Amino acid sequence: MSDQQVDNSKRRFLLIATSAAGGAAVAGVAVPFIASFFPSERAKAAGASVEVDISKLEPGQKITIEWRGKPVWVVKRTPEMLTLLPKNDPKLADPTSIVDHQPLYCHNATRSIKPEIWVAVGVCTHLGCSPTFRPDLAPADLGPEWLGGFYCPCHGSKFDLAGRVFLGVPAPTNLIIPEHKYLSDTRLLVGEA
Amino acid sequence: MKKIINHLLFALLAAVSINSHAAGGGVALDKAPIDLRNAESLQRGAQTFVNYCLSCHGAVAMRYNRLEGIGLTQEQIEKNLMFTTDKIGNPMKVAMDAKEGKAWFGATPPDLSLIARSRGSDWLYTYLRGFYRDDTRPTGWNNTVFDKVGMPNVLWQLQGQQILEVKKEGEHEVHTLKLAQPGLLTRGTESGGYDNKEFDQRVGDLVNFMTYMSEPAQVKREQIGYAVVLFLLFILVPLTYLLKKEYWKDIH
Amino acid sequence: MSKLDQVPEKVLGWVDERFPLTSTWKAHISEYYAPKNFNFWYFFGSLAMMVLVIQIVTGIFLTMNYKPDGNLIPGTNISVAFASVEYIMRDVAGGWVIRYMHSTGASMFFVVVYLHMFRGLIYGSYQKPRELIWIFGMMIFLCLMAEAFLGYLLPWGQMSFWGAQVIVNLFASIPVIGPDLSELIRGDFVVSDATLNRFFALHVIAVPLVLLALVVAHLVALHEVGSNNPDGVDIKKNKDPKTGIPLDGIPFHPYYTVKDIFGVSVFLVVFTAILFFAPEMNGYFLEAPNFDPADALKTPAHIAPVWYFTPFYAILRAVPSFFGSQVWGVLAMGAATMIIAALPWLDRSPVKSIRYRGPIYKFALTLFVISFLGLGYLGTQAPTTIGTILSQVLSVIYFLFFIAMPWYTKIDKTKPVPDRVTMR
Repeated sequence: MSDQQVDNSKRRFLLIATSAAGGAAVAGVAVPFIASFFPSERAKAAGASVEVDISKLEPGQKITIEWRGKPVWVVKRTPEMLTLLPKNDPKLADPTSIVDHQPLYCHNATRSIKPEIWVAVGVCTHLGCSPTFRPDLAPADLGPEWLGGFYCPCHGSKFDLAGRVFLGVPAPTNLIIPEHKYLSDTRLLVGEA
Repeated sequence: MKKIINHLLFALLAAVSINSHAAGGGVALDKAPIDLRNAESLQRGAQTFVNYCLSCHGAVAMRYNRLEGIGLTQEQIEKNLMFTTDKIGNPMKVAMDAKEGKAWFGATPPDLSLIARSRGSDWLYTYLRGFYRDDTRPTGWNNTVFDKVGMPNVLWQLQGQQILEVKKEGEHEVHTLKLAQPGLLTRGTESGGYDNKEFDQRVGDLVNFMTYMSEPAQVKREQIGYAVVLFLLFILVPLTYLLKKEYWKDIH
Repeated sequence: MSKLDQVPEKVLGWVDERFPLTSTWKAHISEYYAPKNFNFWYFFGSLAMMVLVIQIVTGIFLTMNYKPDGNLIPGTNISVAFASVEYIMRDVAGGWVIRYMHSTGASMFFVVVYLHMFRGLIYGSYQKPRELIWIFGMMIFLCLMAEAFLGYLLPWGQMSFWGAQVIVNLFASIPVIGPDLSELIRGDFVVSDATLNRFFALHVIAVPLVLLALVVAHLVALHEVGSNNPDGVDIKKNKDPKTGIPLDGIPFHPYYTVKDIFGVSVFLVVFTAILFFAPEMNGYFLEAPNFDPADALKTPAHIAPVWYFTPFYAILRAVPSFFGSQVWGVLAMGAATMIIAALPWLDRSPVKSIRYRGPIYKFALTLFVISFLGLGYLGTQAPTTIGTILSQVLSVIYFLFFIAMPWYTKIDKTKPVPDRVTMR
């Protein structure tokens, strides 16, 4: 049955070459299967940018819209709110927004394009709950030093009115500011710049 | 043994060559000019589709932004092909509800996303050019490939009005369509016939688009197909063959 | 370094003390001795295995996006199920490849299995001692047909709906219990969302589980008695007196693994050519009316089952109704599939392979192949008077091939079978 003149090097070469080609084939077949795990065109269409009409937004008011299935807040801050913002700085974990959680054009003291209009993803950076809007000054439950902000009911994380996180709370970073731009003075597009 | 294999293969081929789109009801179908790589034709077809079909029929499997696949930009789609209330990621829905459609036309106008796959492109091409005046029908229209169709001839302004001439030749009846009144894209010729090239091209573009819409991945599918089949044929098959040959040297 | 070299060996030894890994590998792969004269026909077993894997993997991925919901999307005439298939075809990245692999795989499964069964037929692979392999194989075939039928409902197109409607109504023709039985199968008075949901459960869980168990049984039984070969010679009769290895046997690995890998790569050329260039196979793999969403109020002009059912469907249609019942056609169709399982007991020939059979058997087999293909063709066509008569004639031939087999295989003149296998 066995012939002693087996050319082992040729056999090994063919084995390696066939394995390589077979491996390439398997990798090729895997492409559509792995690709199918990524968000589909429907998910992308649903996650496309959302237009918001802010003409009826009163000073001090917050509206919530849905973008990619997540709550996105638009807050019109009053001049008093804006003047109070820097007073929080010493108590904040990242007052100058070093962590890259905002587009470059919002990397400023108010974390916004226009100082009064503030847009943010309303999801706590701790474990994903949606914090509540607490613009009231010095309420009983949040203490006399509260200058307005957001309070997460799940684990007690606190953020100021620019979404900056306070020291000593579970949330590690500031709230995320999504890409957005103004289509006009009263129309805002969330999701793309 | 070889004979049996040959028989098998022959029978298989014979079976495969029967036309599967036998929905024409005996009417010979004209060949639709399908070219899915012709972006201009597809774009013209999309325009016609949106203007003439979409008011009654939906195409819910098709998203507006997928029209980028035929070379249109988002702005072009939004400006030329969409109602302002729609979003670019929305499917091509019809404003009319299915139940209302049934009340108006006797049957709900079918969704057209896949119509080119269920009816065939040639059928659509012949059907859309096969309307003629028939006063016995409630819409005033009948069709050569779809007798007593519920749909009126929505392209009549472009095509004009055709009538059906029935001649008896022996035992057979010969049906011919004649243009009685030309439309925007047709005109009569001096010899008494009529020139409908422009209209045929418009319908051809429309059917081309509908064929694209029925399977947007088709062009890509064939492109990938060439790469895959060539890889298998010229790399994997020869290698596995040589490997098998090499090992089977041991066997006598 | 030498210690590191021993690690794989030690791990293997550790496993082998607890699990029969090496011995199983040896028994079924590296020291399973198969006859060395396998020819072209012997590719189809491993190819069937390959297609089974394709179907399972693509099936799993399809269930991730498919929705077995027959209810209409509000404002449209399209069901959630139908739309979810188009969602896979258009919106899911790579979805169309996966779906076409599954739809092409379904048809190719039958191509491969029919050829695999035909191999058994011409080389007498069902004869003693391989009767159980044949029986398991037939059960696999029945499971496959069930799997194909159940799966065909899922796209919820016109053919899905009306095909299921017709087939389920076959059961209604069974006397006494029929009408209740068909309602039990549908879970409703017509094919409906309830039917779709149970068919989905059966298609993706129940039948595949049974199928896998049967495949294991089929292979275990095969490896117990050893493979047949184109000469029908028992290779275990001629063993090397020293080693006890059959003289005409070669280890499955590497010889048949490399051969089967070659077979698989050739098969893949055909498979991918269909997948990428003709996934509808001109209406035979994907029927045109099935691109219309299911409509319970409108039957398509011409209903034909998918090509792999058409021989049996033609037999069903060929049988007229007697005594006011059409149950006879159903019985004939059932008998046509079941009678194949009886082959081991119908064949009285002293030889296995067609190579050593006489002219009568070859003639009978040719007629059988013609009748099977003819019925398959007629089953795709709309019924006509001539077609029905032809189907009746071919059905009779089909059954005669089996019923008359004990007689004609006994009187047939066979040729002497050699002691050892031949290579040709």
